[in-house]
Amino acid sequence: MGPNTATTAKPGSVDDQSVDAPLLEPQVDNQRDLPPEPSGVMECEDLNVYYGDFHAVHDVNLIFGRHEITALIGPSGCGKTTVLRCLNRMNDLVAGARVAGRVAYHGADIYDSKVDAIEVRRRIGMVFQKPNPFPKSIYDNVAYGPRVIGMEVDDLDSHVEGALRDAALWDEVKDKLKQSAFGLSGGQQQRLCIARTIATKPDVILMDEPCSSLDPIATSHIEDLMVDLREQYTIIIVTHNMQQAARVSDRTAFFTARPDETTGNRTGLLVEFDQTKTIFSNPSDRRTEAYISGRFG
Amino acid sequence: MAATVVAPQVLSTSKRGHDSSAGSLLFLAALWLSLAMAIVFLMTLVVTTAVDGAGRFDSALITEYGSKLTPDTTGLRAALLGTLWLMVTTALLAIPIGIAAAVYLEEFADNTRWYNRLVELNLQNLAAIPSVIYGMLAVGIVALVGIQRTGIILVGAVALGLLILPVIIITTREAVRAVPREIREGSLALGATPLQTTWRQVLPSAIPGIATGTIIALSRAIGEAAPLLIVGVAVTVRFDPTGIMSAFTAMPIQIFNWTSESREEFKVAAAAAIIVLLGMVLLLNGLAIFIRNKFQRRW
Repeated sequence: MGPNTATTAKPGSVDDQSVDAPLLEPQVDNQRDLPPEPSGVMECEDLNVYYGDFHAVHDVNLIFGRHEITALIGPSGCGKTTVLRCLNRMNDLVAGARVAGRVAYHGADIYDSKVDAIEVRRRIGMVFQKPNPFPKSIYDNVAYGPRVIGMEVDDLDSHVEGALRDAALWDEVKDKLKQSAFGLSGGQQQRLCIARTIATKPDVILMDEPCSSLDPIATSHIEDLMVDLREQYTIIIVTHNMQQAARVSDRTAFFTARPDETTGNRTGLLVEFDQTKTIFSNPSDRRTEAYISGRFG
Repeated sequence: MAATVVAPQVLSTSKRGHDSSAGSLLFLAALWLSLAMAIVFLMTLVVTTAVDGAGRFDSALITEYGSKLTPDTTGLRAALLGTLWLMVTTALLAIPIGIAAAVYLEEFADNTRWYNRLVELNLQNLAAIPSVIYGMLAVGIVALVGIQRTGIILVGAVALGLLILPVIIITTREAVRAVPREIREGSLALGATPLQTTWRQVLPSAIPGIATGTIIALSRAIGEAAPLLIVGVAVTVRFDPTGIMSAFTAMPIQIFNWTSESREEFKVAAAAAIIVLLGMVLLLNGLAIFIRNKFQRRW
């Protein structure tokens, strides 16, 4: 991996963001040398998702590279969250959801009838849009994952500490581990949810708009954290915030929604997938360019 | 700055929240009157009963067995103990089944299946069935499993358990449903099984609601006489219950028995017993409110 220019928190990053916002083309400050093709940890082949009769996502082909951050961007209703939730079979929980095509994890189809969805989710963790700590203590929130999956850890206390340190939360909570997680701020709760996820040592971490309910300072904490975590994990993030995609991701997939002529239902499809710097500086599809430059979506 | 000064909008002075037209005042008065009627009737009932029973608020009421020969010192001992035994047995029978059924319906049942929808539909109806029917059902059930005696605690508890089962199921489902989906998803996304998620996240979070609903259900059951009469509970018992197979009597039955006596002493004892029963119900409801307030969780 190339030298990582974005791991250190820039003191002025919050202000930078407000300066960046009116720019038509967000600054890509996450430049590093990437292989032209991602070395696939996960792969979608002709992925189609249906909710009952509704065709939510059409023919998505994507490869998610190891130790890379892949951002899924696009306007509302373009199916990016649906694609994300297919990657660890969270869509199984939605009544009527049906997945066609192939989602491969290290070459194995996670939708194979012999594959256990529980096992999939142990390898592919997920952080949600709204921070969702359990109504338990901070410690128990982090220890929950290792406990339920029967993870063999030498010392649970130091394991919890390690996860909290990795999530850049330890210093803030080390004196109140037994207190309720609900007492934390929104940004801290979201980092707790990240700590909870990495405590189970997943391979891939899915993040569904993890900063959408957070203020800019908390957002910049999470973004710095994501870039740090890239060293150990493969991260796939859905975001509405193009600046965020530009700041943190290595590769970006742009989705859009195509209305059906007869029903008016909008089906999501992948328009373009490339290195983030290419997507933001030299997109090959006009729709991507229009979205990036703020002309639609 | 531009010179366009917008005049501040003059706020209307009429208070919409306190509409003072004659019609609305009349309506408000009618509402207050309705409330007053309910409270006045209730208080009259409680106060007159308390006055009637005033002569019998003594220790004998609690410690003595019911007696036809010494109406002055006739007591509730057997009925009190019987009711306690009955309630505990009812709770032990109904609560686990009720919670399990509710959790199945809410967390695991596939609502597109006709049999699950049938259960749904019937649950609502079951809660409205007259209690007498449950007494007959209990007698039928124990006859099927081969228990010959019916006037025992176990059979009474089966009747009352069946009676409150729909209430427990409905309130437990409400409590389980109130646990946010995000909590379940968070647990499942960590690789927990649905069973672990239910057991470690959903149920602990739902316990206050479940406890409240269950206690309210028990406080309904404690005053039921009809199903126990059908079951054939004894009216005069002069021994303490010793187990779930023991014959017994219960508070409502004892009260029923005393009110049908002609002698004045029994009327007084009945009134006192009613106040004791009322106190027990209030105690249970108070406990439910306490639990609800103490453990209520805002998501």
